[in-house]
Amino acid sequence: MLEFPRWRKIWLWALTLVVVACAIPSLFAAAGWSYPEELPEPTVNLGLDLAGGSHILLEAEPAQVAAQRLENMEESVRGVLRDAEPEIRIGDVSTADGRLSFMLDDAGEIDRTRELLTPLMNGEGLTREWELTVVDTSRVVLTPSQQAIDNAVTQAMDSATDVVRRRIDELGTREPTIIRQGDTRIVVQVPGLQDPEQLKELLGQTARLEFKLVDRDALPSDVAQGIAPPGSEIFPYAAGSNFEGQNIAVRRLGGIQGDNLTGAQASVDPQTNENVVNIQFDQQGGQRFAQLTTENVGYPFAIILDGEVLSAPNINEPIRGGSAQIAGSFTADSANALAISLRSGALPVDLAIVEERTVGPDLGADSIRTGLIAMGIGSLLVIGLMIVTYGRFGVYATIALGINVCMILGIMAALNTTLTLPGIAGFVLTIGAAVDANVLINERIREERKRGRRVVTAVENGYREASRAIYDANVTNFIAGVLLFLFGSGPIRGFAVVLIIGLFTSVFTAVTLTRMWVAGWLKAKRPRDINI
Amino acid sequence: MKLLKLVPDDTNIKFLKWRMPFYIVSIALMIASWVAVFTMGLNYGVDFAGGQEIRATFTQMEEAPIGDIRETVGSLPDTGDPIVQRFGAANEVSIRVKLPPEAEGDKEFADRLTREITNALDAEYDNIRIDGVDSVSGKVSGEFRTAALWALLAAMGAIAIYIWVRFEWQFGVGALFALVHDVSLTMGFFALTQLEFSLQIIAAILAIIGYSLNDTIVVYDRIRENLKKFRKMPVPELLDLSVNETLARTVMTSLTLLVALIPLLLFGPASLWGMVAAITLGIFVGTYSSIYMAAPILIWLGVTSTSFVPQEGKADQQEKVARGEA
Repeated sequence: MLEFPRWRKIWLWALTLVVVACAIPSLFAAAGWSYPEELPEPTVNLGLDLAGGSHILLEAEPAQVAAQRLENMEESVRGVLRDAEPEIRIGDVSTADGRLSFMLDDAGEIDRTRELLTPLMNGEGLTREWELTVVDTSRVVLTPSQQAIDNAVTQAMDSATDVVRRRIDELGTREPTIIRQGDTRIVVQVPGLQDPEQLKELLGQTARLEFKLVDRDALPSDVAQGIAPPGSEIFPYAAGSNFEGQNIAVRRLGGIQGDNLTGAQASVDPQTNENVVNIQFDQQGGQRFAQLTTENVGYPFAIILDGEVLSAPNINEPIRGGSAQIAGSFTADSANALAISLRSGALPVDLAIVEERTVGPDLGADSIRTGLIAMGIGSLLVIGLMIVTYGRFGVYATIALGINVCMILGIMAALNTTLTLPGIAGFVLTIGAAVDANVLINERIREERKRGRRVVTAVENGYREASRAIYDANVTNFIAGVLLFLFGSGPIRGFAVVLIIGLFTSVFTAVTLTRMWVAGWLKAKRPRDINI
Repeated sequence: MKLLKLVPDDTNIKFLKWRMPFYIVSIALMIASWVAVFTMGLNYGVDFAGGQEIRATFTQMEEAPIGDIRETVGSLPDTGDPIVQRFGAANEVSIRVKLPPEAEGDKEFADRLTREITNALDAEYDNIRIDGVDSVSGKVSGEFRTAALWALLAAMGAIAIYIWVRFEWQFGVGALFALVHDVSLTMGFFALTQLEFSLQIIAAILAIIGYSLNDTIVVYDRIRENLKKFRKMPVPELLDLSVNETLARTVMTSLTLLVALIPLLLFGPASLWGMVAAITLGIFVGTYSSIYMAAPILIWLGVTSTSFVPQEGKADQQEKVARGEA
């Protein structure tokens, strides 16, 4: 038990030094000290609760994606059937219950319809995404498969993540983390942010811009009550716009989506002194915008942002330049936010902020400072108690404890994990476990000496007998730690990570290293009695 | 130098003599704890209840105007009955508003609530600094509740199974019972004091489980050792011997943990206070349960000195017969 061949000593010291070396950049980061640039520099990340920053969890509603997909399908189906030679006329279109259904005017067209729609029903890789059934000879029902909906959700979330990333990049914050989580969630973590409101405003805005023709035939009384004429839909005016509280009816189809933009800038209209957003369409969008405005000169069209009408100006002349100006009672800030959102593209789904955790930098720094002071006092007391109780063996235990703390930090740095406030509690528990290992060993050595064993035998027995309980205790805690990591969330995980790493380093430092030192001392001095 | 001995040599306290009264008291406490949890309820923090919590500092005041804030925030349309407390220094406050039950399904309610309150605070006080915001929607808080429950149950179950495999089934049951005892009393403490029960407290309970288990294993290990060594000794006496032999270690470890924790309790960050308080309490409860819950239950579960003697299988007996030894 107490034999340590030279190669083993070298190996143990080397391992200790390498791991401790990993901790050095983190320990001295506050002093501004670091390794030369050529060397890798592992550091422990501080969690947002310590470093300050915002953690925001965004969630999409899959039902909305499904509805969107149904709407797109309707538009495609109408287009295909209208462009067919000869045209296939349909009526009574419905998108209720997650299905698209319509009546053929002429039931005899059913085969031609089926043929024309087949290309629309296949997804990527020629998988069948829609099921076509015919009811009562002339009603066609298109049902999307679950697979199709899931694919649409995945796609929407992928592109939403990109949009979120572009928007945050526009803010110029350093090192944001943006991760997809589960099927419908995105986690955004931005360290050291002073004003989370701006970030939240950017993330909460879907920025779906639409231009739709106003339905001039709608009865004002119906519109006021929110009843839409066939083929139209009702939108409310946006808060702060000129007609706030009123509704407007617009043609459901035939509008333009604002997703073909190449640019958007906030500016001030020199004539009205109003905050506006200038947008530029790409070539395709510009052509369609020109076509829409050319065909409808003299009529009003509505500018709709996220389901609310900003304004509904008359088209005085065709707009061919591919650029347009949006006004709508903006403040300088909101015009700027909208410009950023439009530049980075509309979110394909609405994202709701379902969880936010923001810690100001002052509070974080305060937590670290008071936490460190308290841990410093605690450590001094523990060291004092250990040395007063176990003498030389207590000194070994405290040195091992110091190395243990450095090793935990070193491994955390090497694995690039994050230290959080609950992680600090994990530290305390781990240090407790490490101290306990030494207490177990030393008490056992005392016992063995009391029974009259010789020094070397007592130390050997002490380590051997105590190791069993240490081993069992650590394995059970390890099991608990792993389960915590798997089932736990947020703070619990931060705790579990430190716990798991700490279990390994505690056994290494408190058992292996101290045994090596004690063995070396016994061999060099060969004491006949030990003070323990 | 004379070294400190916290427990004198040859200490022999008859712990097990009083096992019956202690057991009755402990079980009564466990029941009382659960009664408290179910009647008084736990004061769930935003993690579990949903809603929002804001921490703020009044930079130019000695003391935060708590009553005034309560009025300002309480007069907003969605806030109901806000909990406004001092948090850390006298000019620091925490303002907590739970999600009303009807808003459980509204994903954006918590976020709106946060905006509403921050705007009102900014308008009312010009020397306020918002230090932190936690806002959790009903759906996410529901997930936290389930995840925390599963983490606790899974950890306790897996630990019991491991101890059953390493020791004997009686020991697994005993350890599990001690853990249930510790978790129950901690929950009871939180119901009684109405301290905020958050995800951090779950981490604290897990730390308590880890610590208490450590203690239980040390005592069990010694019992196992002594059962093999002293075949003739009556079990209650043997348990007493084992507890006494490990007493010096138990006291020393508990004391070192306490001296590490108490400065954290007194001077540490306010956001850790609840967690550290729970762990500190758990050290007492965990130590007690290892001695008075985990050990005596072995008597009732029928642990005997033959528990760790390998049973002779049929094959062994046949072999003996064949050798003519039987």
